[in-house]
Amino acid sequence: MTAAAEGSRPLPALRWNRSRLRQSEAFQGFALISPTFLYALVLLAVPILIVIAHSFWTQNYLAIDRTFTLEQYRIALTEPIYRDLLVRSLWVSLAVSVATVVFAYPIAYYISFYGGRHKSLWLFLITIPFWTSYLLRVMSWKVILGYGGVLNSGLMGLGIIDEPLTSLLYNTNAVIITLTHAWAAFAILPIYVSLEKVDRSLLEAATDLGDGPFGRFVRITLPLTMPGIVSALLIVMIPTVGDFVTPKLVGGKDGVMIANAIQAQFGKAANWPLGAALSVTTMVIVSAMAGIAVLILRGAARLVR
Amino acid sequence: MNGLKRLMPNWLGVYAFAYIVFLYLPVVFLPIFSINTAATPNFPLQGYTFKWYEELPRTPALIDATGNSLIVGVAAAILSTILGICAARAVTRYRFPGQRTVSGLIMAPLVLPEIIVAISLLIVLLQLGLSLSLFTVVLGHVLICVPYSVSVLISGFEGFDRSLEEASADLGETAFGTFRRVTLPMVTPAIISSLLVSFTISLDEFLMAFFLTGSEPTLPIYIWGQLRFAAKLPGVLALGTLLLVGSFVLLTMAEVLRRRAERRTHTTGVAVA
Repeated sequence: MTAAAEGSRPLPALRWNRSRLRQSEAFQGFALISPTFLYALVLLAVPILIVIAHSFWTQNYLAIDRTFTLEQYRIALTEPIYRDLLVRSLWVSLAVSVATVVFAYPIAYYISFYGGRHKSLWLFLITIPFWTSYLLRVMSWKVILGYGGVLNSGLMGLGIIDEPLTSLLYNTNAVIITLTHAWAAFAILPIYVSLEKVDRSLLEAATDLGDGPFGRFVRITLPLTMPGIVSALLIVMIPTVGDFVTPKLVGGKDGVMIANAIQAQFGKAANWPLGAALSVTTMVIVSAMAGIAVLILRGAARLVR
Repeated sequence: MNGLKRLMPNWLGVYAFAYIVFLYLPVVFLPIFSINTAATPNFPLQGYTFKWYEELPRTPALIDATGNSLIVGVAAAILSTILGICAARAVTRYRFPGQRTVSGLIMAPLVLPEIIVAISLLIVLLQLGLSLSLFTVVLGHVLICVPYSVSVLISGFEGFDRSLEEASADLGETAFGTFRRVTLPMVTPAIISSLLVSFTISLDEFLMAFFLTGSEPTLPIYIWGQLRFAAKLPGVLALGTLLLVGSFVLLTMAEVLRRRAERRTHTTGVAVA
């Protein structure tokens, strides 16, 4: 193949053959991926389009009125309860994604630069806790942060506090701590992958040209790993905005998030169009927030360089 | 300068150690409190007992939920691995137009809020007139397992030497014979690893099952129901510990197999899975 491609002028028959081959290659590839593609199309893409359609309809008791209206979006954006939940969810997902990335970077750096022969062991160690039930991990945090919980009894045992702190559990901070823990691996892995791609000879060159460790990091490593940071941020920010279990278990009254309201619309309240509008609104706004965050990071990377 | 250089990895090492402690902290409390005599999870421990474990097999609802979870897990693992094989093979072996879009859609459940995926699926299934059952849970689980299957399988298929298959064909094997005698032995570890990973995900998955299950709860749904009662907590902790050990064993096996697959196909690098 390559020999023919490098040859000055392939025979017409050969060229025809090759284009047919390529065509059939493309066809075979597409045929092979089509079962998986169709599955995702039918059970993911189409359902999401149907949710978007629902968000423009209204519900009269059990029947769905299919006349186009923006009423659900008006409710989703102006009703104080939904606005508050939305703002809190966005704040939680922003805080969690920034915290996971900030805490994850040094460990990814350590593994990539000083992991030596044990790199894959380190990565395995990091991923193991995330394969344990999410539900149980959230519950463990409840045990740790609770009134008579591990942290309180520990602090009291050490004589740091006299009576249990009530401010640990059932608020937004508890949600943020739990989610920061839950999503750590998802931030470490993309950052690690991008750190592995950093050409070490660039760092040597920077040292030779007189850059100290800090300058070298800020001017070479950090900008080069920006794609990893960006994907870590996105992979944490977008899913966490819709988290349902954590606010329900450790959030209490002040930690309720938009997913709990969405769930109510599809459960007890049985107002699908409103639930759909809340889902679409959340997705659109979190995507916008993620987009702005990416632009800011890229801009910052360009500035330091 | 040199001192700083030597100090840096040290500080980072300490940080890395602290981070690992933070990661494992909630996980280790499960087994610790599951053998505590007292029903409330706090220190100091009262003494150790296995009574919470002994109660588990005597709970019929738990046995049913375990059975349901196993059925769902096995079905989801097989289906998502089959779909994963198609996608991973297509992506590593062929180039075709629209490849990025297609694989983007397949991997999308990885980055979408789970609740959105779950409610969209719920609406469609209800409108199709399907009643919610273990089958609908399997449909949902396959959707979220496929991205993980695909990434595990791609790392096993990548760098797969195509000339071996060509050689086999040249030596007179049929397409099926080549697949069975050349391709399959090389990719088996990756396939088993994908089965184990998807099974583990399905076993632990809560949200999809919460929305899509009918009257038959899976294990996480059972646990969710128990969490409302403080008195049931030790039992849940014991169950959680068993699940933890199970997941750990399955995933260690998956990792060992994935590495073997990687070595067999002569690739280097780490899969993001």
